[in-house]
Amino acid sequence: MGIVRAAGLRHDYTKYREDESEVKVRALDGVDLDVKEGDFIAILGHNGSGKSTLAKHINALLLPTEGTIWIDEIDTKGEENLWKVRQRAGMVFQNPDNQIIGTVVDEDVAFGPENLGVPTEKILHRVEEALTKVGMLKFRDKSPNRLSGGQKQRVAIAGVVAMRPRCIVLDEPTAMLDPTGRKDVLRTVHELNEKEGVTVILITHYMEEVVDADRVFVMDKGKIVMEGTPREVFSRVEELKSHRMDVPQVTELAWELKKAGLALPDGILTTEELVEALAALKH
Amino acid sequence: MQLELKDVSFIYNPGMVYEVKALEHVNLAIEKGQFIGIIGHTGSGKSTLIQHLNALMKPTEGQIFYEGEDIWGEKYDQKALRTQVGLVFQYPEHQLFETDVITDVMFGPRNQGLSKDEAKVRAVRALVQVGFPEQYYNSSPFELSGGQKRRVAIAGVLAMDPQVLILDEPTAGLDPAGRDEILEQIRFLHEERGITIILVSHSMEDVARYADRLIVVNDGKIPFDGTPKEVFSHYRELEAMGLAAPQITYCMHALKERGFDVDVTADTVEEARDNILKALGKPLPAPENADKKPAGKAKKSGRAGRR
Amino acid sequence: MLGEITLGQYYPADSVIHRLDPRVKFVGTLTFIVALFLVKGFLGYVMVTLFLLGVIKASTVPFGMMLRGMKAIIFILLITAVFNVFLTPGEIVLVKVWKLTITREGVLQAVRMAVRLIYLVIGSSLMTLTTTPNSLTDGMEALFSPLKVIHVPVHEIAMMMSIALRFIPILTEETDRIMKAQIARGADFKTGSFINRIKNMVPLLVPLFVSAFQRANDLAMAMEARCYHGGEGRTRMKPLRYTAADRVGYLVLALFLAAAILLRIFGGGWI
Repeated sequence: MGIVRAAGLRHDYTKYREDESEVKVRALDGVDLDVKEGDFIAILGHNGSGKSTLAKHINALLLPTEGTIWIDEIDTKGEENLWKVRQRAGMVFQNPDNQIIGTVVDEDVAFGPENLGVPTEKILHRVEEALTKVGMLKFRDKSPNRLSGGQKQRVAIAGVVAMRPRCIVLDEPTAMLDPTGRKDVLRTVHELNEKEGVTVILITHYMEEVVDADRVFVMDKGKIVMEGTPREVFSRVEELKSHRMDVPQVTELAWELKKAGLALPDGILTTEELVEALAALKH
Repeated sequence: MQLELKDVSFIYNPGMVYEVKALEHVNLAIEKGQFIGIIGHTGSGKSTLIQHLNALMKPTEGQIFYEGEDIWGEKYDQKALRTQVGLVFQYPEHQLFETDVITDVMFGPRNQGLSKDEAKVRAVRALVQVGFPEQYYNSSPFELSGGQKRRVAIAGVLAMDPQVLILDEPTAGLDPAGRDEILEQIRFLHEERGITIILVSHSMEDVARYADRLIVVNDGKIPFDGTPKEVFSHYRELEAMGLAAPQITYCMHALKERGFDVDVTADTVEEARDNILKALGKPLPAPENADKKPAGKAKKSGRAGRR
Repeated sequence: MLGEITLGQYYPADSVIHRLDPRVKFVGTLTFIVALFLVKGFLGYVMVTLFLLGVIKASTVPFGMMLRGMKAIIFILLITAVFNVFLTPGEIVLVKVWKLTITREGVLQAVRMAVRLIYLVIGSSLMTLTTTPNSLTDGMEALFSPLKVIHVPVHEIAMMMSIALRFIPILTEETDRIMKAQIARGADFKTGSFINRIKNMVPLLVPLFVSAFQRANDLAMAMEARCYHGGEGRTRMKPLRYTAADRVGYLVLALFLAAAILLRIFGGGWI
C-alpha cells in the first residue's frame, strides 16, 4: 500500500464564460496512482495537462468529483481528516513570493508547526532543524524579500519540512528560478528524499530535473499517458513529443544517432552514458 | 550602427550605503538585423542593460546612441524611440489590461498617435505574426492559456512596428512545446521582418540554437561577446560566473578527450550528430526537414521536427 | 515614491529597543504621542526631544532611515505650516502684507505643529523599524485580545495586517515593473490634464489588481496547505513574555508620562 494512492480520480470544475453560461471542464479524467513511500516521483505534463490539479488533490486543497485518493491510507474526502492529510502531505508551490507568509525567515518556517499546535518549546527546534536541512539556517533572521528566488523556494520547503510530512508535493517549484536557483532547489529536494526518506512528488516541465527520479509519470488531458523509469520514458522520444514534452539534449542526441544507424542503447540520460556507449562502439 | 553604448555605467543609489554598480563602463555596438542572445545570472546587470536600450533607465555615466543619435540628447523623442526599440518584459502577460485581445494589442499603436483603424491593422498583423488564432481576437485576455497570453503580450509590443525587439526570457514558465513555438515565432519575425532581436535567456541550449551573437553579462561588465561557439569555448569561465554551456558542448569535449575526432564547438544536436557520425566514419542521414526552414538558418534547426 | 515610505520596513539589528516586547513598544509609541501633544513650554519640548533622541540612540537604527519616512509627509507638513503661519490670530504682528498677517503666535504655532508632526512620524517609524511586522501584529493581537469577548476578530485582523505588510514591498516592485512595461508600450503617466492622467492609470491599475488577486488566491491556498485554520488551537514559536527589560521599559514610560503631565501643569515657559 503506497503513501499516495488514487483510484479512478476525476475532477471537473465549472468555468463561467462572459455570457454567464457554465462550462464543465474535466481537469482529471480517471487517474490511478500508487506511490511507494520513500520514492522520488516526477510528474511531467504540459501547461493545462492536469498535473497541478492532481497535486492539489494530494493535499486536499481540491477534492475529487469522482474516485478516491488516499494519503497514508486516509481518504481525503473525510473532513475530520483534513489537517491530518495536510500535515502528512506538504505542498510547495510555483511562485516563491506567494507562499511565504512570514516577514522573517524563521517566523515563516514556524507558521506550519504553529498551526498544528506544536508546543512552543518544540517549534524552535523544528524550525532550526528544517532550515538546516535546506541549508538556509544562516538566513533565519533575514527578510524573505532580500533572498533570491531559489533561496525563497528553499525557505518554502523548510516551512513544509517543519511540519514533518511523510510526503512533499512540489508543483513546478523551479519554473520561476534561474539555473543556479533551480539546481539548489533540486539538490535540496533530493537530499530530503535520500537522507530523510521523505517521499517526493515533483511536478515539472524541465526534462533534466526528471533524470534522477525513481519513477516518471507523464500526464496529458487529465490522464496519465506514460509511466516508467526515466530511462523507459525517455526512450520513447516521439511519444513524449506528441504530449508537448521534450527529452534532455543528450537523450535527443543519442536518439538522433540511433536513428542514423548507430547501435546505441535506449534512453541514454547523461553525457557520461552517451560517451561510454560511443566509446564502446568505436572499439 | 543601429544601437551603440559608449562607456555606459549605471549605479543604484549613488553615494548611499546601498550603492550598487549595476553596469560598469559598458561598450556595445549592435548592428541591424542581428539575432543576439544575452546571458548572465540573476543580478548580473542584464536587466539593467536592456532597460537602457529604450531609455527606461538613464545611465549614470556614458552615452547611448540609436541610429547615431544620443537618446538622452536635449530634444530627443524618447517616446518615439520606444516604438523603435520594443521591449517585452519577463512575464509580459502581467501587463494585459483591456477587455479584449485586439484592443489590448492596439494600446501601443494608439499611443503612437495612430487612428483606431490604423491601429487595428497593425494589431491584426502583429497577432498573425505571433501565431495567435483569430477566433480569440475578441476574447478577454485573462481567459487565455499562459502561452496564448504571452503571445498577445508580445504582439502588443510588436504592433508598434519596432526595428529592434528585446525579449526578457520570453519562454519562462512555458512547457517545452510552448517554449519552442514562441522561439520559432521569434526566429520567423527575425527572418521575415529583418528586425534585430535581442533575446535574454537562461537556456544555453536555446541561445546556441537561435542567436548568431552571444553577449555575456557578469558583474555589470561584458566579459564575452562573440558567436555562441566562441563564447561556449570559454565554458570553464562561464561556470565560474554561475552559467554553463549547452549539454552538447560538454558531451563533445568528453568525446574529444576519449580520442574522437570531433569539433568541440558543435553546440546543437544536429551539428553534434553529424560530427559524431563523421568521426565514426558513418554516412550522414539525409536532411529530413530541408524544406521547412529558410535556407540561411537551416544549420541551426536543432531539435527535430516539431512546430 | 512608494519605495520611500519607511513605515513597515524593519531594520534588523540587535539593540535594547529591538529586544523589547512589542506590547511595550506599542504602548510606548502611544505614550509618546500623548506626551507630544500634552507638553507645553520649552522645557517640555526639550524633554520630549531628549527622550526621542535617547530611544533613537538605543535603537542603533541610522538616523537617515527615519528621515526617509519624512519625504512622504513633507507635503502635509508644508500645508500645516502655511495654514498655521497665516491663519493663527495673535497680538504681536511680525509682517503684514495685503490681507495676510503673520503673527508671532502664528510662527510659534507653525513651529510647534511641525515639530509635533516630525516627532510623530519619527516616533512611529521607530516602532516599525525596530519591530518585525509579525511581532508587531502579535503585540497588537495580545493587547487587543480582550476585544474578542465582544466578537472583534482580533486574530484575523492581526493576520491581515501582517500579510499586508509583507506584500507592500512586493506590490511596490510590481507597480514599478508594470509601469515600465506600459511606458515601453508608449504609455504616459507624467503629462496631460488631471482627468487624462487618471485615465492613463488604467493600464497600470488593472494589471496590478489582477496580480494582487492572483497573489491573494495563491497565498490563501499556501496558508491552507500549511494547515492554517484561524487562531484557534494555534501555538507560537515566540510567545510574548515580559522580561525584566520590559518591566523597566514600562517604568521609564510611566515616568516619562508623569513628567509630561507635570510639565504641562507647571511648565509654561516662554514658548
